[in-house]
Amino acid sequence: MAINLKELSKKTVPLSPGHRACAGCGSIITIKLVLMAAEDPIVCVSATGCMEVVTTIYPYTAWRVPFMHNAFENAAATLSGIETAYRSLLGQGKISGKIKFIAFGGDGGTYDIGLQSLSGAMERGHDMLYVCYDNEAYMNTGIQRSSSTPFCAATSTSPVGKASRGKKQYPKDLTKIMVAHRLPYVAQASPHNWQDLMAKTRKALSIEGPKFMNVISSCHRGWRVPMTDSLEVCRLAVESCYWPLFEVEDGAWKLNYRPRQKLPITEWIKGQKRFAHLLKPENQPMVARMQEEVDRRWGELLQLCGEKAG
Amino acid sequence: MSETKTETSLKGVKNLAALTGNEAVAQALRQINPDVIAAYPITPATEIVQIFSTYVSDGLVNTEFVAVESEHSAMSATIGASAAGARAMTATSSQGLALMWEMLYIASGLRRPIVMPVVNRALSSPINIHCDHSDTMGARDAGWLHIFSEDAQEAYDNTIQAIRISEHPDIQLPTMVTMDGFIISHGMEVVKMLDDDVVRDFVGTYKPDTYLLDVDKPVTMGGLDFTDFYFEHRRQLAEPMEAAPGVVKQIGEEYGKLTGRKFGLYEGYMLDDADYVMVLLGSTAGTAKTIIPELRAKGIKAGLLKLRMFRPFPADEIADAAGRAKKIVVMDRAEGFNAVGGPLCAEVKAALYGKSRAEVVNAVYGLGGRDLGPDLARAAFDLSGPGVIHLGVRG
Repeated sequence: MAINLKELSKKTVPLSPGHRACAGCGSIITIKLVLMAAEDPIVCVSATGCMEVVTTIYPYTAWRVPFMHNAFENAAATLSGIETAYRSLLGQGKISGKIKFIAFGGDGGTYDIGLQSLSGAMERGHDMLYVCYDNEAYMNTGIQRSSSTPFCAATSTSPVGKASRGKKQYPKDLTKIMVAHRLPYVAQASPHNWQDLMAKTRKALSIEGPKFMNVISSCHRGWRVPMTDSLEVCRLAVESCYWPLFEVEDGAWKLNYRPRQKLPITEWIKGQKRFAHLLKPENQPMVARMQEEVDRRWGELLQLCGEKAG
Repeated sequence: MSETKTETSLKGVKNLAALTGNEAVAQALRQINPDVIAAYPITPATEIVQIFSTYVSDGLVNTEFVAVESEHSAMSATIGASAAGARAMTATSSQGLALMWEMLYIASGLRRPIVMPVVNRALSSPINIHCDHSDTMGARDAGWLHIFSEDAQEAYDNTIQAIRISEHPDIQLPTMVTMDGFIISHGMEVVKMLDDDVVRDFVGTYKPDTYLLDVDKPVTMGGLDFTDFYFEHRRQLAEPMEAAPGVVKQIGEEYGKLTGRKFGLYEGYMLDDADYVMVLLGSTAGTAKTIIPELRAKGIKAGLLKLRMFRPFPADEIADAAGRAKKIVVMDRAEGFNAVGGPLCAEVKAALYGKSRAEVVNAVYGLGGRDLGPDLARAAFDLSGPGVIHLGVRG
């Protein structure tokens, strides 16, 4: 099936309407796009977090495919058990048919508390796709900083005050950590570019072995943007090269999108109230540092992808 | 009524083997032939899965073995595999069990019939690899059935029976089968094994009603309950524990017909007319069984109540079996850190409340593998006093 709106409109969405995600939630769009890209039967797992909470409030479920939530830090370990059961039962002839396996986790459940479980599952080579919906903080518990939270972002545990300009650290480069696991497929994507996200999902699911996708997924509650801007703010993250779209297939890096004109980081942060303090004149050195880091990481990526600098 | 195991002579018994507790349990796992085992090494339980992995490598089992990166992931993957529709197992000890703690509750909450051998070992700190019961006592209220084993034979027998107990339609709960670290896990004994096909017939095939890999009937597991449903679901979780004693006895009898070794909720040894009763768990029962006949020879009516099931706790049976004694000495191989006493004694006292006038004495012993020799065990019968007594400790 081609990835176009006409074809997609004929497909039953594996995630039903009526879930309790906020209107304008970026993460639920990411999950829906990933699920719609899958062609074979799938079994899904989610770490504890917004997406698990809003889709499974008893006695309802939004999942039209088999779904399991176990705990916060163990989506990858749980799915590795499910995938192993599949191989065992298939090998013994107790079940038949092709099934693909997808785990979802937020940045808290992936970059932080679930990193060990993810690393272990990937190293063991389970045939599964892990998708991180990265909304850059612990949104489910009320916007606490994670190791994915951007430099200087205000969160409820990195608040701005007289002695603080928000989060002091740059985010961990998780996608690169996953590349270092030498997986057959690692990608970074954004839901605003739905064709790219869905094509990557489909490619990932066509490859046997452990795959990882990191998908920026805005949270308007945490980023403090109008709910109507959830995809636009993701687009600006890509256009400013804060969140480049790329994939690494068997170690080969490929840039999937190069902005015609790279936007300054201020274009991404100015609409987000978590960065409101950065617009003050006295905080311009912080903006300059942020820009410098974005440029450094972008430069490294261009080199890895064999692209011209600039 | 006392429930005493029927011992059979070794003469003419086939499948006799000299095995350590770990080897015996590994053999039980091979015969059970689960679909998935996910495990992580920890002394003294490591050998169980280490030996088992050679069965996997030699193609003796159909099991997929997952060498996970922690015990937390071991239990997580085991829960996932079980939810997927597999018969899934793991094994651990001490710190490993402590690291699983969060997942133990989820395993029972999701009604996963997982069987986990646990080799009892002390908890840190100080780090100590030897036996006490602190590890599984810390998990006593996690919604797991909890079976103690006196020796390698019982560890073997209990592991096999636990599959049937856990998977029984009225139970559907996880079970931990424990044995004392090193004392049993590394001590070699004569073990009477069953034939492979007898075990396979006894445990049968795991056929869950709902499972994740049934993609034509999608199911959501592990959803969120608010205040409108959580209480009902937790109440439902308590019900199978109430049904468990009957199931344990029924499967113990069925197993007894196969083996001549009958299993109930506890074992009584010279218990029926005993004035002085020792209540304990695990390998120390062997020591008690050597000193009780000596005491009897001196005219002291001593007896033993060795609990097999700690969860569910056989409160009524304990009161019936030991309530008329003059003195009950409860031996705890775990400190309660509650300024009152050990966990076993607290439960025994609760069981006897209003049903017995016996003096109940509590001794905490054997922490971190400290040996309880016959002299100390004999002395335990003479203990008295309301407070907890630490037996065999200096200073």
